[in-house]
Amino acid sequence: MFSVTLRCLGRQVHQQNKSLAPLFTYSKNGLNTEATFDTKPFKLHKLEEGPATTVTLSRQDALKYYKDMQMIRRMETAAGNLYKEKIIRGFCHLYSGQEACCVGMRASMRSYDAVITAYRAHGWTYVMGVDAVGVLAELTGRSSGCARGKGGSMHMYVKNFYGGNGIVGAQQPLGAGIALALKYQGTDGVCLTLYGDGAANQGQLYEAMNMAQLWKLPVIFICENNGYGMGTSVDRASASTAYYTRGDYVPGIWVDGMDVLAVREATRFAIDHCATGKGPMVMEVVTYRYSGHSMSDPGTSYRSRDEIQEVRQTRDPITGFRERMLSSDLATADELKDIDQNVRQVIDDAVKRAKSDKEIGLDELTADIMSNPIDTRVRGVTAFDTLTHKRLGPAVNSP
Amino acid sequence: MRVFCQRLVSPLLSYLIMLEEYASVVNSILYRQFLLRRLATKIQFREALREALSEEMRKNEKIFLMGEEVAEYNGAYKVSQGMLDEFGAKRVIDTPIAELGFAGIGVGAAMNGLNPVIEFMTFNFSLVAIDQVINAAAKVLSMSGGHFSCPIVFRGPTGNAGQLGAQHSQNFENWYANCPGLKVVIPSTPYEAKGLLKQAINDPDPVIFMESEVMYGDKGEVPEEEYYIPLGKANVVKEGSDVTIVTFGKMLTRVVMPAVELLNAEGINAEVIDLRTVRPIDYATVIQSVKKTNRMVFVEEAWPLGSIATEVAFKVQKDAFDFLDAPVLRVTCADVPLPYAPTLIAEALPNADKVVKAVKSVLYKEA
Repeated sequence: MFSVTLRCLGRQVHQQNKSLAPLFTYSKNGLNTEATFDTKPFKLHKLEEGPATTVTLSRQDALKYYKDMQMIRRMETAAGNLYKEKIIRGFCHLYSGQEACCVGMRASMRSYDAVITAYRAHGWTYVMGVDAVGVLAELTGRSSGCARGKGGSMHMYVKNFYGGNGIVGAQQPLGAGIALALKYQGTDGVCLTLYGDGAANQGQLYEAMNMAQLWKLPVIFICENNGYGMGTSVDRASASTAYYTRGDYVPGIWVDGMDVLAVREATRFAIDHCATGKGPMVMEVVTYRYSGHSMSDPGTSYRSRDEIQEVRQTRDPITGFRERMLSSDLATADELKDIDQNVRQVIDDAVKRAKSDKEIGLDELTADIMSNPIDTRVRGVTAFDTLTHKRLGPAVNSP
Repeated sequence: MRVFCQRLVSPLLSYLIMLEEYASVVNSILYRQFLLRRLATKIQFREALREALSEEMRKNEKIFLMGEEVAEYNGAYKVSQGMLDEFGAKRVIDTPIAELGFAGIGVGAAMNGLNPVIEFMTFNFSLVAIDQVINAAAKVLSMSGGHFSCPIVFRGPTGNAGQLGAQHSQNFENWYANCPGLKVVIPSTPYEAKGLLKQAINDPDPVIFMESEVMYGDKGEVPEEEYYIPLGKANVVKEGSDVTIVTFGKMLTRVVMPAVELLNAEGINAEVIDLRTVRPIDYATVIQSVKKTNRMVFVEEAWPLGSIATEVAFKVQKDAFDFLDAPVLRVTCADVPLPYAPTLIAEALPNADKVVKAVKSVLYKEA
């Protein structure tokens, strides 16, 4: 790759990125194959050094992050619309606004690293390998759903992705346990354990952190701070809102969660820390959710429309990243438009499929209650309905 | 009366086959007792549990023991004595006092390929951790559409153990048994404890394994050779003809067997069934027995409402209605928080005399 690098200072980029100073590497077609950016400074807790604030982004990666974030945004919009049509019911928690978190983290994960999150799980499910049909059909309760209609919005899983957990904070010890198993089995794998600012006040987080630090477990406790636990703002819920410091003896990093590159770098740094036997780390990723907590929450009683609008206009993770790509010539506007169109098509098709997909057989009501049901008879609603247990297939964690 | 008529019309042939089956059961029990005399040594309940844990841990690197005081202290009740020395700190792990946290860590480890055995110092403390047992361990296989199983054992003592006060004297067997996805095992003797724990550790599903502080010192015969006891199969401890007494856990040796001796002395021949597991429940063995004796008394240490006794009584009235010659009775803990004073405890808990009284009642005999 014969290329030159030049520092371009004067270019007007997105407001959020005004301070950024991109460095470019040109290719033959006039577009850059890579560019360098500065991220917002990280805040550090009990760390001498933090992640690099100057980061390099390849064109290829940039296109992928952009596509993935757009895919999640579109998928969530589609889910919201299906909910309004009453095709999706129950709980439905949308990730719109937080896309840079999961896309940035996924970018630094190795193939054998694990992740577990709370109930706002659609974006993570997608980046861990389930396509939009798998997510949306789970939401419509159809047979292509990734949890075969057993999970819904909060409980989606795939290899190395441990859900999708509905009890606020309960995934934190699980994540420490997944990390314990990674270490026990002699790998240098790391478990990314996500929780919201609401769950940051659950006692079991601190139980898990204590044991993780005692036993040097390779777990990153990641607080996705979107400002509100349901309708309670961080200031009303937390005596300390500096979540990255709340591991006390566990080192922590504060990260701009609206910047996919900052998230990627911080995650790489944290994975290096955990994978080299130094024990756990806390990462606070400051982000924002555009929707309400769930579909029953318009999300406007505890915050103003102006606040939401301001974030959309000044900090949106996709708009910001798009402008960075354009201003640094990592992609052309037409290319990004093509991606947008392609994403729209994929999601439109997925919606059609999720709506028209065949329903799950009623015989699956009794599926996978146990790996080894000793008595395969399962009692139905009345004494007249004796059902039979069914096992659909081997679990991904079984030998 | 209906039962009597039914018996009259039942074909002679099937009656003979039934007799023959009984004979073979008796023979197999006698043979097992003969073997036990030849090969077994008497060990304590806690030693039987330790043998089960150690034997399985030697075979499978993925099994580890975790809990409060299990390692350096050698176990709050010395179940894990010496295991730290043999298996090291990687596999015998002392935890801080954080039941919810370490229960969850166990479940996470099980979801990621290990076979944890999590010790609760008592199941009273498991309530702090019950969310991880019910909402994570029991549900994850189903909720994930079959993606993640959870091969884990939660074990520790249950029930009253002397004057420990209301918070340390409770039975939650029926609470856990209520939840699909779990298996619940309550051994009654050292022999049962070893065979059932070995089986539980090898089971691919979450198993709740409930012992008793007061049984840890019980001695019983345990054979030298390796054995497993399948989950979900009740044990007919003693055959009898007059009444079926169903029980599990320490009620068997502490309450039911002494009662059986008292009943014997009065010429009442009780059949005794140890359920061994209360999820799944071996209904068939109970129903078969009730069809023979036509009467049932259930002895259980838990509170009465929604107990295992309630459940089994339901099944018996449903499946053996025509065979019952008396209402089913149960002997349970009084419906009170267990007090401290010994006199009050004696009043509140099942004992042999109370069982005798219940048995005589279903036999319509004067107490």
